[in-house]
Amino acid sequence: MKIVVAIKQVPARDSLLRVDSSGKWIQDADLSYEINEPDAYALEAGLQLKEQYGGEVIVLCAGPARAAQTIREALAKGADRALHIEEDNLGGADPLVPARLMAAALKQEAPDLVLTGLQSDDLGMGQTGVILAELLGVPHATIIMHIEVNGKTMTVKRELEDGWFQNVEMPLPALLTMQSGSNKLRYATLMGIKKAKTKELKRISASDLGGLTQPKAALERIYFPERNKQSQLFEGNPKEAAAKLVEKLRFEARVI
Amino acid sequence: MSILVVGEQRDGTLNKMSLETVAAAQQFGAELSLPVHAALFGKGAEQAAAELAASKLDKVHVIEHELLDVYTPDAAALAVRQLVEKLGARLVLFPHTYQVRDYAPKLATAMDRVLVSDVIAHKREGDTTIFVRQLFQGKVNADVHCTGEPPFFASLQAGSFRADTREPGSAPVEKFTPSIEASQVRSKPLELFRESTRAVDLGAADIIVSVGRGIKDPENLPMIEQLAEALHAEIAASRPICDNGWLPMERQVGSSGQTVAPKMYLAVGISGAIQHLVGMKGSKIVVAINKDPEAPIFEIADYGIVGDLFQVVPALIEELKK
Ligand SMILES: Cc1cc2nc3c(=O)[nH]c(=O)nc-3n(C[C@H](O)[C@H](O)[C@H](O)COP(=O)(O)OP(=O)(O)OC[C@H]3O[C@@H](n4cnc5c(N)ncnc54)[C@H](O)[C@@H]3O)c2cc1C
Ligand SMILES: Nc1ncnc2c1ncn2[C@@H]1O[C@H](COP(=O)(O)O)[C@@H](O)[C@H]1O
Repeated sequence: MKIVVAIKQVPARDSLLRVDSSGKWIQDADLSYEINEPDAYALEAGLQLKEQYGGEVIVLCAGPARAAQTIREALAKGADRALHIEEDNLGGADPLVPARLMAAALKQEAPDLVLTGLQSDDLGMGQTGVILAELLGVPHATIIMHIEVNGKTMTVKRELEDGWFQNVEMPLPALLTMQSGSNKLRYATLMGIKKAKTKELKRISASDLGGLTQPKAALERIYFPERNKQSQLFEGNPKEAAAKLVEKLRFEARVI
Repeated sequence: MSILVVGEQRDGTLNKMSLETVAAAQQFGAELSLPVHAALFGKGAEQAAAELAASKLDKVHVIEHELLDVYTPDAAALAVRQLVEKLGARLVLFPHTYQVRDYAPKLATAMDRVLVSDVIAHKREGDTTIFVRQLFQGKVNADVHCTGEPPFFASLQAGSFRADTREPGSAPVEKFTPSIEASQVRSKPLELFRESTRAVDLGAADIIVSVGRGIKDPENLPMIEQLAEALHAEIAASRPICDNGWLPMERQVGSSGQTVAPKMYLAVGISGAIQHLVGMKGSKIVVAINKDPEAPIFEIADYGIVGDLFQVVPALIEELKK
């Protein structure tokens, strides 16, 4: 089985965010970065399928040069090779622009299965996988917890709202967007880290793929939301803050 | 030109977010001087359409086809596209549900457009409609607008527009039959099912202490148990805690877990992502402990302590014992 896993590099979850001088993005120079969380689960699912059915796992990532670090980590965990669409300006608003590049990069590959995360932690579009499936002309299913391949078809378990699930049968090739939490994530071994250095990491520029297309949605500015609810916040000394909170809960809110 | 709301229903029961979307569409329609239409598809659509039709709308379209009886993204995208084209809709609005996430991006892509997903508000600048959406799990907002030619597509986050502002009315209901071939529907959905019966009913708890990833390590959970004991509370958690197996799934609160509305919900080390908030924002009093003053959970908190939970929680336990 030829499996492609789309991984995105995003600012680490606890990052202190500040708006940059353009007003259109965050100051990203001194942030640390990590793999988008559901993408780590997509990678794990891909690696497990390879262990079960053989084949190869190819990592696909669009992003600036620094994303190579996250790609290396995926290779260290067991991916066989990687495609890095090296591009700084993927735009903040239009998921079609990066998806087109990714689709073009996959033209030569003809994978049996493409896995993405269900949503990115930074842009949170929740749609790049579905767009990619449409561009590749393959069926898709979203928010997947489990995959069972039976030859040329597979049965996947979808998460629905409110505790419901549904199994879906579909043919291969196909694209699935993966939910977090379905598997236990593996760590890279020392051996894996060593091996990763020799694995193929192919850099492709946007112009190699036909260039960036005109965005259909434009990001004008980003800003911190105004807090509109009157919350009473206590800061400073934890003991004093705790005492104030308990007093409020006892005598003002009267919930304890 | 018109605005089209594509709502959602299952077996004749309308998903209530559809009404929020209608309310939003009425606002947009008034601003842009455009008529507003609504549509539903799937088995039971006709029945559910009655509730939608009790709104000030030009028309409610019931999209009928046997290949739409059971939802698939292929059939849904094909069918809705045909209605959008027939109406020449300028703006197509959806509730941001799991089902919409599943087919609306496909539909937009097929029409060479982009869906502006998970919109929380809108503004007008001249003739341009600006959509506000959240980045970084609710920590940052972004103003986005569509460029190029309509139709434009947007999905609206739960609770962002209020269903009770919907203007009542009585709209005619009309059938629309799209053409779909069986060979165009590539996946075969099976029955819906639920995993295990829930042993804990968080819905019955007066007070809930809920713990998130700020707890860092399962070894730190006893501290939360002590806090819950001091408050006679049930313990709940955000999704990553249950994903990691630190607490059982049945204690998860949020869009894919339980929905709770206790007298007091105390969130410890939880950032307040929308998928968590939808499960607990009906709580009477929300209290948050978080070291990040910008954490979105404070947006809906009545009381909060900005600080390190490893210092605050022990202090709180001590104070409660007094
Ligand atoms: C389709 C879908 C469905 C989902 N369903 C659910 C669901 O049902 N329920 C759910 O909860 N999530 C759900 N999620 C996930 C959700 O988007 C968030 O990722 C999740 O809620 C984050 O959990 P958290 O707040 O515990 O972790 P984080 O977002 O990592 O937040 C941790 C918080 O702890 C704070 N913190 C860290 N250290 C300390 C300290 N020492 N003292 C005080 N504070 C500290 C940080 O400032 C941060 O705010 C879903 C996501 C998707 C896409
Ligand atoms: N620049 C990118 N490079 C690789 N994969 C991406 C990129 N952007 C999005 N994806 C994939 O698409 C998923 C959904 O992203 P989004 O649509 O932004 O929420 C992510 O979890 C990734 O798997």
